[in-house]
Amino acid sequence: MKTFFKPGVLTALLCGGLFGLGLTLSGMTQPSKVIGFLDLFGNWDPSLAFVMGGAVIAHALTRPLVLRRNRPIAAPAFKLPAATQIDARLLGGASLFGLGWGLVGICPGPGIVGIGSGATYFLLFFPSMLLGMLLYRMTGKAKPSGEGAGA
Amino acid sequence: MTEYWLPLAGGGLIGLAATMLMLFNGRLAGISGITEGAMQLSNDDSRWQLAFIAGLVLAGLGLFPVMPEAFVVGVNRDIWVICLAGLVVGFGTRMGSGCTSGHGVCGLSRFSKRSLVATLTFMAVAILTVAVTHHALGGAQ
Repeated sequence: MKTFFKPGVLTALLCGGLFGLGLTLSGMTQPSKVIGFLDLFGNWDPSLAFVMGGAVIAHALTRPLVLRRNRPIAAPAFKLPAATQIDARLLGGASLFGLGWGLVGICPGPGIVGIGSGATYFLLFFPSMLLGMLLYRMTGKAKPSGEGAGA
Repeated sequence: MTEYWLPLAGGGLIGLAATMLMLFNGRLAGISGITEGAMQLSNDDSRWQLAFIAGLVLAGLGLFPVMPEAFVVGVNRDIWVICLAGLVVGFGTRMGSGCTSGHGVCGLSRFSKRSLVATLTFMAVAILTVAVTHHALGGAQ
């Protein structure tokens, strides 16, 4: 147990908490709002475009400052995705994700933060999402962990 | 204007949280990848990944009593639709190696063409899905 609480674990907990605060304040944990944003051909609510805008601006401006360092503070080295290929797997996966996102208005981050509300909607979505991830892993096509994780 | 500055400020916090994860842990804040990694308990990375997921859940637990309006679902979906959506979100984000955070926020911030294509694809399919379910099929809500 001693090694469980190494610095990297505490910093990840803090980053997750801040990420969750951002998702909640921004409105991403309200499925009806997300669907309103995706309803381009109906009663379109553009406000959530500012979430992606704010996040990309904040990250794009601060990321280069971090990458000037030789190494991160609480880990031995930076480990960032290197994949660049645009293939059927990328397009197929993104399409399936878009289908699910459009059906219920929840993407993975808000799907996890929403568990805290105890709403049945989130409590049904989360285990289904985990099952979908495990099913993909069972196809045997998953990349080794870490490589390209998240991007 | 609250309507716009809260999403902008919330988005800013998301971007900063992603930068902090890179500064401290040297990793990209892609939620689907972190979630899948956290489930592989034998993996050394699963500890920080589990901690990050715990941070997300704790944010929800802590904020729900303070601002319950931020968690209003506001739409009705059959149980099977919610479960099916969860399945394809889980499967699709791993097949495509990322979701709104990994490809959207982090990928676009580093000008990755691959992430731009992924983001445009899932946005287009999600918009099409809402158009079909809400309008062509006479409204799912």
